[in-house]
Amino acid sequence: MSLFRQLIEKPWQAGRGRRADLPNGSAFSIPTPTVGLRFLLAVVTVLFSLLVVAYGDRMALSDWRPLPEPALLWLNTVVLMFSSLAWYWACINARRGDPDGVKLGLLAGGGSAIAFLIGQYWAWQQMIALGYYAESNPANAFFYLVTAAHGLHLVGGLVAWGRTASKVWSGEDVAKVRLSVELCAVYWHFLLVVWLILFALLLFT
Amino acid sequence: MAYFIPTAAEDVAPAEVAEVDLYHPKSFVTKYVFSQDAKVIAIQYAFTAIAIGLVALVLSWLMRLQLGFPDTFSFISAEAYYQFITMHGMIMVIYLLTALFLGGFGNYLIPLMVGARDMVFPYVNMLSYWVYLLAVLVLVASLFVPGGPTGAGWTLYPPQAILSGTPGSDGGIVLMLVSLALFIVGFTMGGLNYVVTVLQARTRGMSLMRMPLTVWGIFVATILALLAFPALFVGAVMMTLDRILGTSFFMPAIVELGEQLNYDGGSPLLFQHLFWFFGHPEVYIVALPGFGIVSDLLATHARRNIFGYRMMVWAIVIIGGLSFVVWAHHMYVSGMNPYFGFFFATTTLIIAVPTALKVYNWVLTLWRGNIHLTLPMLFAIAFIVTFVNGGITGLFLGNAVVDVPLSDTMFVVAHFHMVMGVAPILVIFGAIYHWYPKITGRMLNETLGQIHFWVTFIGAYSIFLPLHYLGLLGVPRRYYEMGETGFIPPSAHTLNGFVSIVALTVGVAQMVFLFNIVWSAYKGKKAGSNPWRATTLEWQTPETPPGHGNWGPELPVVYRWAYDYSVPGAKEDFIPQNVPPDKVAIEDGHKGLYGAAVQPAE
Repeated sequence: MSLFRQLIEKPWQAGRGRRADLPNGSAFSIPTPTVGLRFLLAVVTVLFSLLVVAYGDRMALSDWRPLPEPALLWLNTVVLMFSSLAWYWACINARRGDPDGVKLGLLAGGGSAIAFLIGQYWAWQQMIALGYYAESNPANAFFYLVTAAHGLHLVGGLVAWGRTASKVWSGEDVAKVRLSVELCAVYWHFLLVVWLILFALLLFT
Repeated sequence: MAYFIPTAAEDVAPAEVAEVDLYHPKSFVTKYVFSQDAKVIAIQYAFTAIAIGLVALVLSWLMRLQLGFPDTFSFISAEAYYQFITMHGMIMVIYLLTALFLGGFGNYLIPLMVGARDMVFPYVNMLSYWVYLLAVLVLVASLFVPGGPTGAGWTLYPPQAILSGTPGSDGGIVLMLVSLALFIVGFTMGGLNYVVTVLQARTRGMSLMRMPLTVWGIFVATILALLAFPALFVGAVMMTLDRILGTSFFMPAIVELGEQLNYDGGSPLLFQHLFWFFGHPEVYIVALPGFGIVSDLLATHARRNIFGYRMMVWAIVIIGGLSFVVWAHHMYVSGMNPYFGFFFATTTLIIAVPTALKVYNWVLTLWRGNIHLTLPMLFAIAFIVTFVNGGITGLFLGNAVVDVPLSDTMFVVAHFHMVMGVAPILVIFGAIYHWYPKITGRMLNETLGQIHFWVTFIGAYSIFLPLHYLGLLGVPRRYYEMGETGFIPPSAHTLNGFVSIVALTVGVAQMVFLFNIVWSAYKGKKAGSNPWRATTLEWQTPETPPGHGNWGPELPVVYRWAYDYSVPGAKEDFIPQNVPPDKVAIEDGHKGLYGAAVQPAE
C-alpha cells in the first residue's frame, strides 16, 4: 500500500480489508539500512543547501572578492570521480559474487578517497601560501568552510568503508556484505554530486 | 463486499523485513553502560537530561531572586544574570526537553509501542547517547572556563555574542557552540533510529494508523529535528569561525570601545534566519511529542478512544510541515523587509488551525468519558489549560503589528514559558507518573504526587500569568533590573517579588517529585503488568519491567487500533491491541461488539 493509502486508513474498523492488504509492519519494502541511509542523505542535503544559500546571500555584498581556484581542485575532482567508479565496480562484483573484484573496488575506492582528501589539504596549503587567509575575505572563508564540510563527510564515509572492508577481508560471504557495499557506493556518489555542485559554485562566482 | 477479519496470527501477512538482529550483552559494561538496549539508553538520556535540567532550574531560581529582590544579592551581577538567562534557556529547550522527549521517551516507548524488539540501528543508538553526554559535559565545562559561560541569550545573536562586552566571549561562547554541534551530531544518529524504526520495524498488523499518538508525535518531531538541526549546525560553525578565525560570516564592520575591529560585511540577519529556521521547528519538536503523549494519557484515563484519531494524526503532520514556514515571526522587529512580516504572520495564523483542532479533540475525548482523576489525568488536563493559555497569547504575538510593542517584553517570556515551559513539563510529569509502573514495576506514591501536582500547577500559573500583565505594562525582558523606570509602577516590583516566592515554592515541590521517584523504586506499591488497564502494546509485554528483547520468543500480532476503550458489547472497558477478535470477551446478553453479530470469515 502506498504511504498515502496507509495514512487514510480508518483504523477504528478493527481488522477489515482484503487479506493481502493486512499490514506487515513496514512502510517500504526496501531494506531497513537503505531507508536509514536515505534519511541521512536528506539531512546532509539540507546542510549543504543551507551552505549554498548562505553563500549566495553573502556573495551579493560588495566586499566579495572571488578567489582563483587552484588547478589542483580539478585533479581532485577527477580523483573523486575515479573513486565513485571504483565503488561502482565494487558493487557490480558484489552482485556477481566475486570477492576479489569487491576487494579491488574497495581498495581503489577508499584509496582514491584518501588521495582526494590529501589533495584538498594540499589545495588549502596552496591558498594559504598565496595569502588567501580565511579571515581576509568572505569568499575565502566560504571556500575553506564548504571544502571542510565536504571533506568531513567523506571522512565519515571512510569509517563506513573501514567497517565494510573489515567484513570483506575477514572472509565474510559476499552476499552478506553486498548491501553494505551498495550503501557505501550510494553515499560516495552522493558526495561526488555535492562536490560537483560546490565546485561549480566556487568556479562561477 | 464481504470483509475478511483476521482471527489468528496466520491471517496477517508475514513481515517482509527480517527481525532486528538483537545484540546480546554479556558483561555489566555492555548491559548497563555501553548498552545497545533502547530501554537502557532511554534511562541514560532521562537521567542526564533531568540532571542538567536541575542545573537550569537552580539558575531560574537565581534569576527570580534577582528580579524579585534587586540590590539584595551582591553575587548576582549583571554579567552573571545574563549568563544565567542564557544557560537556563539553552539547557531547558535543547538539553532537557528535546533530549528527554526524543531520547528518553522516544527510546523507551517507540520499540515497545510498535512491537519491535529494539531500535533498528542499536549500535548507532548507543553512540548517540554518549555523544549527547559529551555535549552536556562540554556545556558544563563552559561554566568553569575564564570568563564563565556565555551570556549572549539563548538565541546567541551576533555580533554581541562574540564581542568583549558580552560575558563568556573568551571561551564560553565557543564551548557553547561546540556543545551544540556535538548535540546535533548525536541527535542525528538517534533521530535516524527513531524514524526508521517507526517506518520499518513495526510488528505484524501494526499499520501506521494503528500506532498510538505518542509514537506519531515523537516520529514527526524527529523528522523535524533531522531537517531543522542542520540550520543551527551551520550557524554554530560559522559563528565559531567568526570568533576563532576572525571571518565575517555574521560580523559587520564594527567599532568596539573606540577601536575598529577587523570584521566587515557580515550579516547578523543571516544568523537570525538560520537560527530561527531551526528555532521554530525546535519548539514543535518539543510540543509534538507532548501532544501525542497527552492524547494517550487522556484516552487511557478517561476510558475513551481519542476523538478524531485520523485528524489528530494529520494535524500532527500538518503542524510539522507548516512549522518550517513560520520562522520569521521571531524576527518581526529585526529590521527585515516588512512584507516578510505579512507573509509570516499569515502562515503563523494558519498553523494555529490544526493546533486548535487538537485542543477541541482533546476536550471532546473527555466529554462524557469515564474520567478517572488519576495523576496522569490531572497533569493532562492541566496541560490543556496551560497550553490553551499559552497558545492564545501566541496569537497576539503572531500578528506583526501587535508584536511590535510586545516584543522583548515579559509578555513574550510569559507566552513561551506557558507553551514550552509549563505545558510540556506537565506532560513530562504526567508521562512519568503514567509509565513509571512499566519501567520499574511499582506505582509512584499518590500523596506525594498530589502535593507535587497541585503545587506545580497552581504555582506555575501564579508565576507566569502575572508576567503577561508586566509585559503589557512594557516591562522589558533580559533586563537585570528595572531600577527607577518611570512607567513601571511600584506594584510591578511587588508582583515580581511575589512571583519569585512562588517560583521558589514550585522548586521545592520538584524536590518532592524527585524524592518520590527514588523512594517508590524501592517502596512503591507493586503495579502488576497493566495497572492502568491500557490497550497499547507496551503494557502487554510478558515481563514487567520488559526483559531483553521485550516480547519473549514471539513478537505480538496487532489486530486493532490503540483506542478500543469502552467498546459497546465488550465485557472489559478496554481491548488490548494484540487480542484477536475471536478472543475478545463479550458482555453477557450481547451478540458481539458494537451490537452486531460476529461477521463471517471470507
